[in-house]
Amino acid sequence: MFWTVTLSLLQGFGQTLKLFALTLLFALPLGLIISFGSMSKFKPIKAFSRLLVWVIRGTPLMLQLIVIYYGPGLIGATAARWISEGAAGSFFTWIASWHVFDRFVAVLIAFVINYACYFSEIYRGGIESISKGQYEAGQVLGLSKSQTFFKVILFQVIKRIIPPMSNEIITLVKDTSLARTIAIYEIIWNGQAFIKSDGLLWPLLYTGIFYLLFNGLLTVVFGKIEKKMDYYNC
Amino acid sequence: MAILEVSNVEKSFGKTKVLEGISFNLEEGHVLSIIGSSGSGKTTLLRCINFLETADKGKIIVDGDVIFDGESRQKLSKKQQLEKQLSIGLVFQDFNLFPQYNVLENVTLALKIRAKRRPDFKKNKKQIFEEIDEKAKSVIKKMGLEDKLDSYPCMLSGGQKQRVSIARAMALEPKILFFDEPTSALDPELTGEILKVIRELAKEKMTMVIVTHEMTFAKEVSDYIVFMDKGVIAEEGEASEVIGNPKTARLKEFLSKISD
Repeated sequence: MFWTVTLSLLQGFGQTLKLFALTLLFALPLGLIISFGSMSKFKPIKAFSRLLVWVIRGTPLMLQLIVIYYGPGLIGATAARWISEGAAGSFFTWIASWHVFDRFVAVLIAFVINYACYFSEIYRGGIESISKGQYEAGQVLGLSKSQTFFKVILFQVIKRIIPPMSNEIITLVKDTSLARTIAIYEIIWNGQAFIKSDGLLWPLLYTGIFYLLFNGLLTVVFGKIEKKMDYYNC
Repeated sequence: MAILEVSNVEKSFGKTKVLEGISFNLEEGHVLSIIGSSGSGKTTLLRCINFLETADKGKIIVDGDVIFDGESRQKLSKKQQLEKQLSIGLVFQDFNLFPQYNVLENVTLALKIRAKRRPDFKKNKKQIFEEIDEKAKSVIKKMGLEDKLDSYPCMLSGGQKQRVSIARAMALEPKILFFDEPTSALDPELTGEILKVIRELAKEKMTMVIVTHEMTFAKEVSDYIVFMDKGVIAEEGEASEVIGNPKTARLKEFLSKISD
């Protein structure tokens, strides 16, 4: 039984890791774009970015999952009730008839947007913490704005944001369990299934070991990166 | 011909007038010191000439090229500004060294980035970088820091940091070097090493504009001194005249306070 459970949990953990890795892959760069948006001097972009961050950070991720998965279909169904004729009508009926996004895609979209917003605030904090003098020194040495950012500022920002980022990334590992809200068979789902099928509770507790080991690994990796970047702090 | 011509420069921040019509000329190879109490506009003036602020009115000409003209409001293109930026250097009060780079890298960074624009860069990259390193090393050596090439800024004393930042500015071979209170962030016993370096540069006929509170030093090193008070030049003249024989009550008061 132990091996059956382990195998099933490993399978679930595969889903967990896939969601984790893909979320990072897309949310890390998207977060940078949103952070530039919230620091933009162009008011509409700034307002939009801040509004997005407010809404996403202000509502539960679980709710966002549900909205993205069921929302489009619901809107389609409602619209189809009002407009049922012609091309528009058939379009709405078509939307209402299926979930616009595949389960996993829906979860991924929700996670990417959610985490990008959190990352963007960490980036913003890091970028704004670099003294104006660093930019000015770049300028008087004849560097362009982007040269100053990439050659002078970015490295210092990365160094500063590694601790809060590792915090957020470890939270992401655990947050992936929310995906079961819309029936993604991740590790908790699989563990819980043994309660129903075999009356066993321990598989669910056993899932904790997987999270612990993986987060332990991440902690070590982040610790190493942090140490490596610390060379210029005497 | 003057290498730097500043005429009637005005600058306000919001409702506060910081510069109310500043004019002076600087000849090539000369040293000009700007003295005055805090808030008199000295730093703002320097920042306006170095593109860190934009003046509201007046005219600034560097080496024959108009870099600011309040009348025509014609702005330099980004490329022109970069080129002009390179012909003047600025040493900050608080150094602003790049912490992640060692001394040599701090001095070579801008040169190496700029070298990428050379048409023969791809072919001779290694040789070009070696030349830049050699050049930087000789400037660093002149600052007496040849044994600190691999040190990071955090490992250096304030005086050493300031010498690196002077080396960083000098490596670009500016036509005019500006100093914004180069010793103000230093412990008193460290100011001497910076003043010595600036004296050396003056001997080599480096054109310099120095904002400073070190009166004895200003008198000794400068050809000309400008005393600023509340956004205007209250008194100016030969260094020994201005410090040794102040005419205005305001300057007399300032000098007596400083010497206390």
